[in-house]
Parts: sequence; C-alpha cells; structure tokens
Amino acid sequence: MLSVNLAGVTLKNPVMTASGTYGFGREYNEFYDLGELGAINVKGLTLQPRLGNVPPRIAETPLGILNSVGLQNPGVDKFIEEEIPFLRQFDTKIIANISGSTMEDYLAITQKMDSADVDLLELNISCPNVKAGGMAFGTCPATVESLVSAVRKETKKPLIVKLSPNVTDITEIARAAEAGGADILSLINTLLGMRIDIRTRRPILHNNMGGMSGPAVFPIAVRMVYQVSRAVNLPIIGMGGISTWRDAVEMMMAGANAIAVGTALFRDPMAPIQVRDGIEEFCREQGVSNVSEIVGTVRPY
Amino acid sequence: MAETNLCAVLSCRALTKTHFELCLDAPAIANAAVPGQFVHIACGHSHLLRRPISICETKDGFLRLVFEIRGEGTEWLSRRKAGDVLDVLGPLGKGVFPLFPEDPRPVLLVGGGVGVPPLLSVARARPAHVVLGYRNEAAMILYRDFLASSDTVMIATDDGSVGTHGTVADPVSRLLEQNDYCAVLACGPKPMLRAVADLAKGKNIPCFVSMEERMGCGVGACLVCVCKTKHGDHEHNSRVCMDGPVFSADQVVWE
Repeated sequence: MLSVNLAGVTLKNPVMTASGTYGFGREYNEFYDLGELGAINVKGLTLQPRLGNVPPRIAETPLGILNSVGLQNPGVDKFIEEEIPFLRQFDTKIIANISGSTMEDYLAITQKMDSADVDLLELNISCPNVKAGGMAFGTCPATVESLVSAVRKETKKPLIVKLSPNVTDITEIARAAEAGGADILSLINTLLGMRIDIRTRRPILHNNMGGMSGPAVFPIAVRMVYQVSRAVNLPIIGMGGISTWRDAVEMMMAGANAIAVGTALFRDPMAPIQVRDGIEEFCREQGVSNVSEIVGTVRPY
Repeated sequence: MAETNLCAVLSCRALTKTHFELCLDAPAIANAAVPGQFVHIACGHSHLLRRPISICETKDGFLRLVFEIRGEGTEWLSRRKAGDVLDVLGPLGKGVFPLFPEDPRPVLLVGGGVGVPPLLSVARARPAHVVLGYRNEAAMILYRDFLASSDTVMIATDDGSVGTHGTVADPVSRLLEQNDYCAVLACGPKPMLRAVADLAKGKNIPCFVSMEERMGCGVGACLVCVCKTKHGDHEHNSRVCMDGPVFSADQVVWE
C-alpha cells in the first residue's frame, strides 16, 4: 500500500529523512529501527572533511528555525568506509547527498559515489550556508543545466537534484535540471533568513544568515512542489516543514511522489514513523490501494 | 530503545526573580541519569525547539531541575504548575562528570550562575569542595544545598555582596594552593570555564568543563551545538549534546 517507485528504485514507503537533519542515522536508530523508513538521506557530503561554521548555528523563529551548520561532515571517504556498512544493516534505501565548491569537486565526488554502495545520489546545489558553491550553483538555470549534465555523465545511479527556493522562478531551475539529465527533483532546501539579538545588536547566527525550515515554510514548499510538478516530467521528493501525516498527504497531493521529514525530528524523534503510520491510515480510510494514487490529485480552481 | 517521556510536574517555584526550580515525576529518566547529563524539554506548541536543561539532582524517581529564564521557551516553562505534563527527552549527553570513585581526595567543583545546578549531584555523590560564583546575594541559587553536602563552600559575587568581590578565580586559586584535588569540575559562563581550566592546568590537575551552546535535536544528529576540540594535532567540531556537554578541558579549543 505504501511502496513507491522513484526512477526505478522501490521504496517500501514514501517517507524519508531530509539531508542534514539525520546525521548518518546512528542517533535515531536508538529510537527505532532505521529499516522502518523508505530511505535515509544522509548528511551532506563533500570531497574533503569540513569543520562547518562557527556557532551559534541555530536560531528559533516563529514555528521554524534558521540553521547555519555549513556542511560539517567527515568527508566522502570516511562515509564510504564507516557509514555505508552501518546503514546497509537496515532494510532501507541510502541516498547520498553530495556537495562541492567547484565543478571539479562535484565531478570527483560523483565518481567516488558512483562505485559506492548507495542507492541514489542527491546533488545539493542549494546549500545557503557555504561561501563557495552550494546555492550559487542552484540559482542560475544555465549553470544548473551544465552542472547536472556534467555530473550525469559520471554516474549510472539515479540522480536527484535538490532545488533552492531562493529563486524568482523555481520552475526555470527545475526545467534546467531536467534538461541536464536529472532523474528526480527534491525540493525545497531552506529559505535564506536572518535574526538579530536586539540587546547585543548582533545576528543570532555567527554566519549572520542561515537557512529557514520548519512548519513556517510548509506552504511555500507546497506551492513550489505544485508548480514544479506541473513544469517537469520527473518524480518529486517534497520536503519543507512537514511535521504531521496530514502535511505529508497534502505535499503528495501537491505533486510529490515521496516526502522527507526534517526539522520536525528536532521536536519529535518519532515524527517520521508517525507520518508513515498516518499516511497508511489515511490510505486505508480513503480506500486507496497504493499511496501513489494520491500524488498530484489536488483539484486546483 | 530511547523514547520521549511524558512527565508530571510535581512542583514549580521561583528561587529568584529569574531562576526556577522544577520537580518532575520521571522515574525512567531519574533512574538512568548520571551527573552532568541534561534533559530536552518541549516548551509548548508555539516553540518548535526543545530547551536543554541540566539535571540538578535525581532522587527516588524524581527529577529536580533548576533553570534561568533566558527567553520565551524558558519563560513558558517557569509558568508550569503541579499536575501539568511535560514532554521530556533524556537523559542526554555521553560526556559526563567523572566521579573518580576510587580516589579519596576531594574534587573541586566550580559553578557560575545557572551553571551551578548540575554540580549538585556530584557534591551529593562524593567528597567535594565547592566555589560558587553569583551576580549578587539575591542570585545565590542552591547555596544551602551545597552547604549540606560539602564542608567547604566558598562564594564569589560580582558586586561583593557576599564572599569574594569579583570572579571565582581568587577562591579557586587559593583552594588549589591549599588542597590536593583529584580533579576540577566546572560549569558556567565560557570566560569562567577558561579561567578555571587555566588555573587547574597550572597545578597539573585534570579539569572537566560543561559546555553550553544553542542546541537543535539534542541527540547528536543535526550538528548545530558544536564546540571546537583538539585530538592530537587535528581539530574537530564536537557535539555538545552528544559528545558533551562535559569535555576534558585539555581538549577544548577556547575561542
């Protein structure tokens, strides 16, 4: 009832974790077996280890947060050596989220991941928290198309491209990623935001600005998934502020074939499980035999 | 398997204008907790993030927390009443205060402001001398509790209303001169921790500090609450929530 197919990869259910909110799964495996999830999207990886940004890295906002972690990660080699064998113990799909500061970085990390034991690659061209690369690659259609097509040539694995919402027209970027050879699109990454401590007149985040996520961004994510699903012919992983099964169903009706839970984990480590159970219950109640039947079924005016 | 706990509030009372004591009926957490750990509490539906609060003391399935109002979340927490139910994650933190059970020498505990509470469970567990730093006389939280556990409790206040006028540095260096300690354990503002770590290092005494940082998930996944640490010749951003909150002062890169 819950299984979904994304570019030839079958997920046991449409619920995955959003990159950057779940580490490599080890911590949440203390709460439930990771095999409960459709897929695990790991912390963003770079060719070399990265220390990330100076703290504070988080600020609360009305029903949301800003973060500026800055892609702290142990580097792709250590991921392949230590984290893949751990994740492979569980009956779930592994998505490797990969980032770079230059085109060469992206190609080199893609080559490494192509021969690694992961199920899908997610190309991060939308991180707002790094000085070089990241979002800079994801906001210009021509750059997106050339990067995606170059990466496409380096891997046979299904390629997800993660889109930034910090653009005027996300459908232009989505079409460019499709033209470049993406198999799947995921959206949205975080929205660039800022908060200031009025006593010290300093930004709360040491990086001054950061990426906003959480329930407050959910309607924006729904709108963008809706627009993108009508602009391209690719499966979509919808994310951005999903914290309940109702949000997940709404996101799928907007056009998402699968969904990711992220920031909600910080409030409730069990959130993805509750989302999955709620989707199943909804399908049963609605007489839906497979959850994919609800994808894109919104009836717009 | 880890899980969140729904815990009944037994009491909530003001200790000062800004410090509150919250007692919870939380047997699962209380029985598992060790000194230095914290709990992560959901503070109403309008605050997305939980608030990390150090564990002051555990006894017979009860959890005693002492916290300061820092913003809207802790303000919400301060308004809880007996019978309310809180969603509590914990006990959290794998870096905890070492207790040196085999060593008969006392430890020196150094607390500053709202860093004082987590030291109480150490003072209850083993011989300890204590130095507490406060803003002023009115802010002297838990002073009597420490007096009941330790025969040496020294005070420093910013305004000189009680004890040494100034920081904890003077009483700490005096005690380090006079006594043989197995370790110094400290919790408080970063400048205080750094000063205490330097004093302990000068005496070649192991020092452990409890760090604080704005926190996200609380379980080690989101990499938000980091503290720079050194391991041999390489530096790493350790997670305060998971690798800490207590770190060996030798490892902390002070910046």
